[in-house]
Formats: sequence, C-alpha cells, structure tokens
Amino acid sequence: MLTNFVLPNLAPAYPELFLLAMACVILLVDVIGGVACRTLVAALSLVTLLICAVITAGTATGETTMTFANMFVDDAFADLLKMLVYGAVAIVIVYSRRYLRDRGLDKAEYYLLLLFSTLGMMVMISANHFLALYLGLELMSLSIYAMVAMDRESARSTEAAMKYFILGSLASGLLLYGLSMLYGATRTLEISGVLQALAMNQSNEIILGFGLVFVVAGFAFKLGVVPFHMWVPDVYHGATTPMTLFISTAPKIATFAMVLRLMVFGTIPLAPLWQPMLMIMAVLSIIVGNLAAIAQTNIKRMLAYSGISHMGFMLLALSTGVVHGHAAYALAAYSSALYYVVAYVMMSLASFGVLLLMSRAGYDVEMLEDLKGLNQRSPWYAAMMMFVMFSMAGIPFFVGFFAKFSVLLSVIGAEFYIVAVIAVAFSLVGAFYYLRVVKNMYFDAPSDAAPIVATMDARLLLSLNGLAIAGFGLFPGGLMSLCQEALARSLY
Amino acid sequence: MNSSLLSLAIWTPIVGAIIVLLTGNDKNARIARPLALLTAILGLLVTIPLFTGFDHASGGMQFVENYAWIPAFSINYSLGVDGISMPLILLNSFITIFVVLAAWQVVENKVAQYMAAFLIMSGLINGIFAALDGILFYVFFEASLIPMYIIIGVWGGPNRVYAAIKFFLYTLLGSLLMLIALIYLAATSGSFNILDWHQLKIGMGPQIYLFLAFLIAFAVKVPMWPVHTWLPDAHVEAPTGGSVVLAAIALKLGAYGFLRFSLPIAPDASVYFGPLMITLSLIAIVYISFVALVQQDMKKLVAYSSIAHMGFVTLGFFMFDGSRMGSTLGVEGALVQMISHGFVSGAMFLCIGVMYDRLHSRQIADYGGVVNSMPKFAALFLLFAMANSGLPATSGFVGEFMVILGAVKFNFWIAFAAATTLITGAAYTLWMYKRVVFGEIVNPHVAEMDDINCRELLILGVLAIAVLAMGLYPYPFTDVMHASVDNLLKHVAVGKL
Repeated sequence: MLTNFVLPNLAPAYPELFLLAMACVILLVDVIGGVACRTLVAALSLVTLLICAVITAGTATGETTMTFANMFVDDAFADLLKMLVYGAVAIVIVYSRRYLRDRGLDKAEYYLLLLFSTLGMMVMISANHFLALYLGLELMSLSIYAMVAMDRESARSTEAAMKYFILGSLASGLLLYGLSMLYGATRTLEISGVLQALAMNQSNEIILGFGLVFVVAGFAFKLGVVPFHMWVPDVYHGATTPMTLFISTAPKIATFAMVLRLMVFGTIPLAPLWQPMLMIMAVLSIIVGNLAAIAQTNIKRMLAYSGISHMGFMLLALSTGVVHGHAAYALAAYSSALYYVVAYVMMSLASFGVLLLMSRAGYDVEMLEDLKGLNQRSPWYAAMMMFVMFSMAGIPFFVGFFAKFSVLLSVIGAEFYIVAVIAVAFSLVGAFYYLRVVKNMYFDAPSDAAPIVATMDARLLLSLNGLAIAGFGLFPGGLMSLCQEALARSLY
Repeated sequence: MNSSLLSLAIWTPIVGAIIVLLTGNDKNARIARPLALLTAILGLLVTIPLFTGFDHASGGMQFVENYAWIPAFSINYSLGVDGISMPLILLNSFITIFVVLAAWQVVENKVAQYMAAFLIMSGLINGIFAALDGILFYVFFEASLIPMYIIIGVWGGPNRVYAAIKFFLYTLLGSLLMLIALIYLAATSGSFNILDWHQLKIGMGPQIYLFLAFLIAFAVKVPMWPVHTWLPDAHVEAPTGGSVVLAAIALKLGAYGFLRFSLPIAPDASVYFGPLMITLSLIAIVYISFVALVQQDMKKLVAYSSIAHMGFVTLGFFMFDGSRMGSTLGVEGALVQMISHGFVSGAMFLCIGVMYDRLHSRQIADYGGVVNSMPKFAALFLLFAMANSGLPATSGFVGEFMVILGAVKFNFWIAFAAATTLITGAAYTLWMYKRVVFGEIVNPHVAEMDDINCRELLILGVLAIAVLAMGLYPYPFTDVMHASVDNLLKHVAVGKL
C-alpha cells in the first residue's frame, strides 16, 4: 500500500519536529491546567527552546545535509542562525513575562504563538526550496500578526495589527510573484537548483530581472527598509512593548537568512542585477531612518527608525559582495552582514528590555522623557542602556562599532567611497538622537521616583545582555570568526 | 618580546575606575575618593619606568607589545611609544592625580561616577598615545569621547547639555572621516599597523584625500581655527576637572595625530598643504588672541588662549624648509609647547576653579582685589599667568621661543606674526589677572574668600615647580624626543613619490 512512501531522513529536522511536538504538548497543558499553569507554560517554552538548542548543537556537524527531497537543508549557517533565534526568543520570554502578567496578557497563546513563529523562522532558515521558504515565512508572519493584535482592548494595537497584516500579505504576494518568475525562468523551485540553472546561463534575463525585483521588494518589506518601511514605526509603536521586542529581534535573523538563501545561495550569478537595488535601498534607509528618528519623541518609534537605518547598514554589506564580477571578498561582506544582524539583535533586545524593565502595572515607558534621571534611579540599568545607545551609535568599545566597522571594511574594499562617506555622515546624524537618550538618563533629574520592580531573572539576563554588548566590543574576534566560519562552510 | 608596561598604563586606571564605581552611591564617597587617588597615583607610578627605561638614542618604538586582537581582520593589540608619545603618557597620568585631588571636597554629587569617569578617560588617553594599530588607536580615540560627554553633561554648568552634545558631535564628525581613511589605508596595504602605513607608498592624489580626512579629524580636536567653536562652550560648561583634562590632555590628541598620521603617512601632501596649515595656525595665534582679549568670562578667556597656544603647536609642525634644522626646532618646540601647555593651562583652570568654588562665578567683573583675601593664591596664580603669557624662565617661554626661532629660519614674516603673541598673550592674561586679583575689593563676597587650603596649595605648588623646572631646564624633555623627531623629519623629507 505504501510502496511509494519512503520515510525521509528526519535527522536534520529534529529541532523543528521537537518544537512542533512540544508546542502541541504546551497547548494541551494550557487546556487542562488553565490559568494555574501559566508559569508552567512559560517554563516549558523556555525548556523547549533549550532542548532545541541542545539538539541543534548536538547534531551540528558542519556538513551540509539535505532532506525532504532537497527542500530542507541543515548546514553550519542554519545551525548558527537557529541557535541565535532560540536565544533571542528565550530572552524575549524572560523580559516580557512580568510586563504581560501586570496587564493580564500573560496567556498561553502568547507563548504558543511565539513557539509557532519560532518554528516558522527555523523552516525559513533551513529552506532550500521556494515553497518551504514561503511556508516558513507565512507561519512566522501569521503568528506575529496575531501577537500584535493580542491586546484586544487597545485600538492602537488592533490598528497596528491590521496594517501589518494587510501590508505583510501584499509583500508576501510580491515575493510569491517574484519566486514564480524565477521558477518560470529556471524551471526549478529548489534554491540550489536555481543556482545550477543560472550557471548554465540559458535563462531569460528579462524574466529573471523582473522576478528579482519582486523578490527584493518582498523581503525588503519584511526587513523594513526604505521605501518599504512605512509599517515599521506604526507597528513598533502600536504593538505592546513585548511584541515590539520580539518583532525587532528574532524575525530579523530569519529574514536575513531568507535574503541570504534567495540572493546568495540561489541567485549569486545575478549579483550585478540585485546588488544595485540593495545598495539604493540601503543608502535610502540609512538616510531616511536616521533623519526621521531625530524627530521622534516616542522612544519606540525612535528605535523603529533607528532599526530601519540599521537594516540599511546590513544591506550595504550584502550589496558589496561581488566586485567587478569577482566574489573574492564575498565571504567577508556576507559575514559582516551576518555579524551586523547579530549585533543589532543583541542591542535591540537590550534596549526594549530596559523599557520593559522600567514599565510597571499601569505605566508604560514609551516616551523619551520617561527615561529622565534613570541614572539616579538605577545607575546599573542606566549604564546598560548607555551601552546600548553608544553601541547603536557605533562608538567603540561596543559591539555596534565593530558591526559598522566590518560593513565599512567591505564597502571600502569594494571601492564605494561615496557610499561609505554617506553612511558615516548619517551615523553622525544618528549619534545625535542616541546621545539625546543618554542625556535624558544622565543629565536630567528624574520625573518619576517609583522604584524599579523587576523579576530577578529579567534583571540578571538584562545585565548579561548589556555586558555582552560591551564584552563583544572588547573582544569582537570570536563572534566575527564564528560568522565567517559558518558562512564559509555553507557556501563553499 | 612583549613588555607589559604600556598595558599597565592603560588598564590600571580603568580597572581602578571599575572598583571605584563598585563603591556605589554617595554614602560611600569617603571610600571612593581615596580609592580614586590611589588608582591615579598607581597609574602614574606604572608610567615612570617608561621614562627611566627609555632609550634616548633610539627613534623607534619602545616597550612594544603585540597580540592578535581580531584575527578575522588581522587587527592587533599592538602598543609602543617613541619620544613623541612617551612624554604625553607621563603628562596624562600626572595630570590625572591633580584632577582627582581638585575634586576632593568640591564634587559631592555622584562622587564615584565622577572619579571613575576621569580615571577611565585617563586610561583611554594613554591608549591613544600608545596604540600602534590604526583601529586600536581609533577605538581609544572615539571611546574617550564617552567619559568626557558624561563629565560635561552631568557635572557641568547651566548650558551643559548643549556644550556636551556639541563637543561630542563635533569630534565625531572629524573622526568618522578618519575611520574611512584608516580603512582605506588597510585596504591598500593589507595591514592595520601604523608603522606599516608609514612605509606604504601612496600617490599624490590619495595622499591629498588622506591628509584632508586626517586634517578634519585632528583640526577639530586641536582645535584649529575655524573648527574651534566647540572648545569655549565645552570649557565654560565643564567642571574644573573636565576643563583641566580637556585643555591639558585632550587638545594634545589632535596635535599628536598630526605627527603620528598626517606627516608620516602623507608627507608630500603635508608639504603641499604646509602653507595652508601655517595660515590657519597664524590666524589662531593672532586673531584668537584678540578674541581672548575681550572675553568677560575667565574660563572662556583661557579657552581662547589655549586655541592660540595650540596654534603654535600646529605652526611648529608644518614649517618644512630645505634645511632640517629649522623644522627640527619647530617640531621640538611644538612638542615642548604641548607639554608646557598641559601644565600651564591645567594650572590656569585649576586656579579659576579655586576661585569658582568660593564665589561661584567665572565673570571677571565679579572679582577684583582677590590678593587682599587670598595672598598665597595670588602669588601662585601670578606665576601661572606669567607662564601663560610666555615669560622667560617658565615653561611657556621655551616652546614658543623654539617655534619662533624655527620660524625665523623659515620665513621672517611668519616669525614676526607668531611673535606678536608675546605681546597679545601678555596683554590678555595679565589684564585679566590685574582685574581679578588687584584693585579695590568691590564685591563684598570677595573679602570673605578663604585663602587656599593645604590640598589646593599642594596641587598648585607641584604644578608651579613643574612649570619652573621645565622653564629652567627643558633638556630632559627635548633629549627624549630628539631621536624620534629626527626620524620623523627625515621620513617627511624623503617623501613617498
């Protein structure tokens, strides 16, 4: 009866399978246990992520293995990014638990949606096939739309969710359309197959070009870079802070993976076509993001615009991999982009983490003024936030400096001097609004004397997070080599 | 072979600062202060072997350390000093002690953070002077902005926010362009080592761009006219310690950068831009001196006088003539001027701080007749005022005289313009001194001012000895730097084309 059914090699997908099983178990725990089991649900989610990490690390061989008829790939790149996603999601859970509990939002759905979204990201990271990629993307996105809308009573959240959903669906549509054109030109849906087909050089250039435009537009939306950035400030602002924390971190890693899979693993021979597109978007993002951030009084909106400029910087590295048809510096460029994403996620986690830490029941830290005098209320967390701000501004000794530095290294290596000058000029503009945050924390008197209430685990993790930003700034070598190695093993 | 003296010079103050920070809030200020002083003294002690063990005959790098830092980009943690940077490290560690002492009873708000900020600053600045790797240099250079930003913003005057942000953004503007220059150099040479860049052959076109990028970075830091406007703001708003570090040390970073980067990496462009640099320096010397003359605020006056004095430094660097004799005098004079200005301007700001602590005003008009209530102070202040106006037998004279001598060999009229400072410098300093210290007591509060206590006497006394010693016997300073300066000028004379 099942003669045609051959069980595929499941080993590369063990983490995904485990996560799926655990998500179902947690669903049952919630149904049976109800409100009494909230803490258990959170704890189980964290344990799930931890075990996923153990499985991923345990099965990481550094070799590239494909399964499910080459739809799914497990390589060093995927392992590294998955580990980062687990870490980011786990930190999100720890940071946001108290905030959600204070507001009656601490429901099992939150953790479940987080886990399903994580599953989607893992599939995206490991996709070697347009359909798998799209499925992962949709699983991730749909979970996030629901999460943004979770605070039902808030009109702002609902509006943000609506906006995110409609524009996100449009972007998914664009992406699918582009992918279908690539399929039409190369006659394959497999990403590695596309690469082989392009190497034969028999595909229709015009269709490929059109397809690329749509693909680029699709992921540009997901990354939130100019001119597809309109949703970012509204969603960051509208969503409750824990959701913003989540949206600004793990999904960026997964989207980066998607970009790399599509552009570098799949269509690198077309780099001369897509590199200029990325570079234009990168430069525009750096300019618009930094300029618009100056005008913000809401810190979440400010961080949204700053995120746009950071993603621009990351794209800048991606757009300098192939120079004059040579890919000699490609590895350095792509690993600096990866490093940038890691650094950005680390900083974004800490920045929203501080906002969550300072919020309490009935009081959200959202405006720049709310940070006033933090140094007097809590010198330690003021120092952590200062680390984040200087790191985002690209001041050494913090991880953000080396991220910017490595990107500039590839930009200048590719001889785009003007672009490099624009990038640093707008970093200077960016420094202004980061300095303003430090000014509020250090130079101004506090407007609010209430003590900071936070759980021990969040405090500890946030301190580690802040120290990591400084630590990776003092010793950036290890992380940098890790990124390079993972990419080198997967690409060659 | 790795020596660890330079690492000690950098990290002793920083580690000490972290310990000071751990003492927590102001309840423990009685622990924080002595700890900070101990750290500052230790910081100076570890730099003394740099002077005693220095090989005077060698113009190369000494006390070299080299470890891999970021292997992925072949960036190294490499340190070393020559005769140009070693005295500056000593000066920095020396001044740090006075900064800590000067704040002893005065700063009562967030004491631990104040002390820690200065100690971290001190360590980072030592790092700037000792770094032999371009990125290591940049990292220290940039990072040193953070403590200064906090110092001005937290403990500064009423307009401190504006001054702090202006200071930060102005300096960042320059250094970001330098970062591009550094990466360009690394991309063309395949190395981040500054000494490798010195040997790198570069065409005239790129040299000009490199020189301009470095010029913007260092001109802001020096500061040269016309990018000097952040300095008076920063000085006026900064607390006493902040002004001292800014004037005595931070301004030297720009001048040092010219010697370490601009001249050896782009020698031909340096010669090409020499006339421009000389013009800008002369504007600083002549025009800024007149600006200083009309200031109503003592700190602003000394700030402008710093710009004028730093004009001498940049003037000394860029007088290239056929005979190396004149340029050697110029560069060595400029270096002596840097050290001397460190002592003198530091002392001037400390003196203003002493008066400010008592009257809480920096306006010249609020004083008058200070000598009646504070005779000991008036005597020491007079010495520093004389040194600031370049009186022979004080350190202020030696550097200016050497630079003027060098200028005479180069071009008489440049020397003439530069020498006007001996008149204008005396005019603005001594006129201010006259209005503040002599005359009738107009403001009744001046009569109530107590004379300096032991702590202040110690600070000003030691600096007075330094100023006089350097004025009477500058040989140890010039001897240390001679071989390195010679090397540098030979290198510039050969060029890279």
